[in-house]
Amino acid sequence: MNQTDRKLLSGNEAIALAMCGCGVGLGTGYPGTPSTEILENFGELGGKAQWSPNEKVAFEVALGAAYAGARAVVTMKHVGLNVAADPLFTAAYTGVSGALLIVSADDPGMASSQNEQDNRHYAVAAGIPMLEPSDSQEAYDFTVAAIEISERWRIPVMLRLTTRICHSKTIVRLRELPGPKESPTFVRDIQGRVMIPAYARPAHHRLRDKLAEINAWNESSTLNQRFGEESTLGIITSGISYVHAKEAAPTVSMLKLGMTYPLPLDFIRSFAACVDRCVVIEEGDPYLVDSLRAAGIGFEGKSNIFRFGELNVGRVRKILKGDDTPEPVPPRGKPPQLCMGCPHRTVFEILHKLDCIVSGDIGCYTLGVLPPFEAMDTCVCMGASIGVGLGLRHSLPFEQARRVVSVIGDSTFVHSGITGLVEMVYNPPETGHVVMILDNGTTAMTGLQEHPGTGRTLGHRQTGKVIYEDLAKALGIQNVHVIDPSRDAEGLKTTLTDALQRKELTVIITRRPCILAAKKIIQYEKEAMHCESCSCEHAV
Amino acid sequence: MKNQVINVIIAGLGGQGVLKASDILSDAVFRAGYDVKKSEIHGMSQRGGSVCSDVRFGKKVLSPMVPVGEADFLVVIAEDQVEVNRHQLRQSGVLIEPKLIDLKTLKNQKSLNVALLGILSRYLDIGEEHWKEAIRSNLPEKLHGVNFDTFTLGRSAKTD
Ligand SMILES: Cc1ncc(C[n+]2csc(CCOP(=O)(O)OP(=O)(O)O)c2C)c(N)n1
Ligand code: SF4
Repeated sequence: MNQTDRKLLSGNEAIALAMCGCGVGLGTGYPGTPSTEILENFGELGGKAQWSPNEKVAFEVALGAAYAGARAVVTMKHVGLNVAADPLFTAAYTGVSGALLIVSADDPGMASSQNEQDNRHYAVAAGIPMLEPSDSQEAYDFTVAAIEISERWRIPVMLRLTTRICHSKTIVRLRELPGPKESPTFVRDIQGRVMIPAYARPAHHRLRDKLAEINAWNESSTLNQRFGEESTLGIITSGISYVHAKEAAPTVSMLKLGMTYPLPLDFIRSFAACVDRCVVIEEGDPYLVDSLRAAGIGFEGKSNIFRFGELNVGRVRKILKGDDTPEPVPPRGKPPQLCMGCPHRTVFEILHKLDCIVSGDIGCYTLGVLPPFEAMDTCVCMGASIGVGLGLRHSLPFEQARRVVSVIGDSTFVHSGITGLVEMVYNPPETGHVVMILDNGTTAMTGLQEHPGTGRTLGHRQTGKVIYEDLAKALGIQNVHVIDPSRDAEGLKTTLTDALQRKELTVIITRRPCILAAKKIIQYEKEAMHCESCSCEHAV
Repeated sequence: MKNQVINVIIAGLGGQGVLKASDILSDAVFRAGYDVKKSEIHGMSQRGGSVCSDVRFGKKVLSPMVPVGEADFLVVIAEDQVEVNRHQLRQSGVLIEPKLIDLKTLKNQKSLNVALLGILSRYLDIGEEHWKEAIRSNLPEKLHGVNFDTFTLGRSAKTD
């Protein structure tokens, strides 16, 4: 056996390798567990990889590249696709000239997310083909297949992953891949690309025609596989659920779906007809169950208790037995905490002391909700801290309204806080408002990624930098302060106390690097200084 | 041939090198020619919470997750995480925990994860050269020496 073409890889690493092999010209995204390492690896392998401020922008940049004829990939976690949903639905109408692969990494069980939404619904709702790999080998192979499908039908394609596909390592056999196609060039196609109603109506018809063709193709595609001759029990499954099912019931017949939208219903129907008992094994929402039921295919689904959390071998065994007795609750491990010395600690100590009503946001700092701080009252989605804080200020009685503070991390602020700040200037509450931007110089939560406020690219090279205090002042916000929370905790407390008294708008930026990032930041800054003083290719 | 799959769970706290240990283990078994799958939940591990990683290997592995109560080996790097994870171990399974190592003999306390892998290695049919190669390719060069020593220390520790 040749070891060099066999590698032990995570799904994310395998996808990055496939992207390189297919000559993907641009990879864009916004960090989010469990998707983050795809672009990081792609960048390390020499691909052009970029973090965008958020998923919507990332999607649009990749879409532009695909309009130009390039092969483009955009990566995000499941909730990222909510942010990017607007361009998604209409990009399905316009289609692309090159290839556009949308990687959606779902998190059933919420290992590191605020919900466990099932993004298979997006493929159906937007009308784009969807592929679901079941291990790293398929993550590699399906990336290639998805790019081929996208290019052949000129349609965006979704690669739908889950945490266990992204982060599990399994063996991958690498192969020779096609490499880049012709170079991008602009071809004018006004009716195909400008979605005014007159052009969008026929575009919608074109989309449905493409999907019908793809559906017919998928009926005999090798992406879907049928195993076993056993006729008493048959399992229909896809993605990670396949490997759990195969282990729980190794001898039964299986229909493993690789392309789960548009579904090959005739193929599924003929399988179901060959077995006495047919069971659908799927993680999350009853997506396959509902689609098969609508098509009049006879089968059994799972009890509602298995809709929550991840599946595993034990749970599949229970589903097959029809056993829906309550499951034992595993002992609780130790919850994560803010690191000792984390600059966020001081901020939450002060918010706690001042008895603020804290409209919170998502990042490491969400841990400010746990003891000993218990200084967060809401957390919904990225950027919501500002809007929700304003809504509270508008509606609460004066004595409560004046205690409301919106707290947002630096990466989150750039992601979706800027429009909130504009709202604050445009519709200021009578009590004024206070926004705190916790600037720790990194996207810590997802593993220390750069963002537009750090002034460094995904690969840590110097680039343009967004300065929050300048931005806030340019918007006309009266009080803008920058404070180091570790050096000047007293100053921070006084400034916040004062701001809460005023009926004005205040932005307080607490600036101090995350202790895990601090050393690296110094290193990157040194490299940048070196670059400025030489004329190598890295110079900016 | 019977497809026997060996299930190992490595557990501890964020920052203790749980994931590094499972990387080394899965790399070593991969080099020894087994099919292997490794799975874990990460994302919040840098903030000191419980972390655990599953490594399964054999002729052919399907699910990447060790079914509850079917671990053959439970390697726990933080003593206070033993009870939280004990339900993962099968009845005949082997628990490998920090108290099997005399911590004073460790040159670098951070290499406790590798010392425990040394103990685990005595139960597994994987040549020492594969372990060494795996350590080499998963750790920076300046740490090779101390980790080879620590691994050997674990491999030769008295545990009965
Ligand atoms: C739409 C969306 N995209 C991505 C994520 C994943 N995510 C959660 S918080 C966060 C950013 C955290 O960075 P920052 O605001 O700088 O706070 P820090 O963790 O550094 O304290 C990311 C990327 C998410 N929850 N939602
Ligand atoms: S990783 Fe950084 S931001 Fe997150 S808790 Fe630790 S010090 Fe704070």
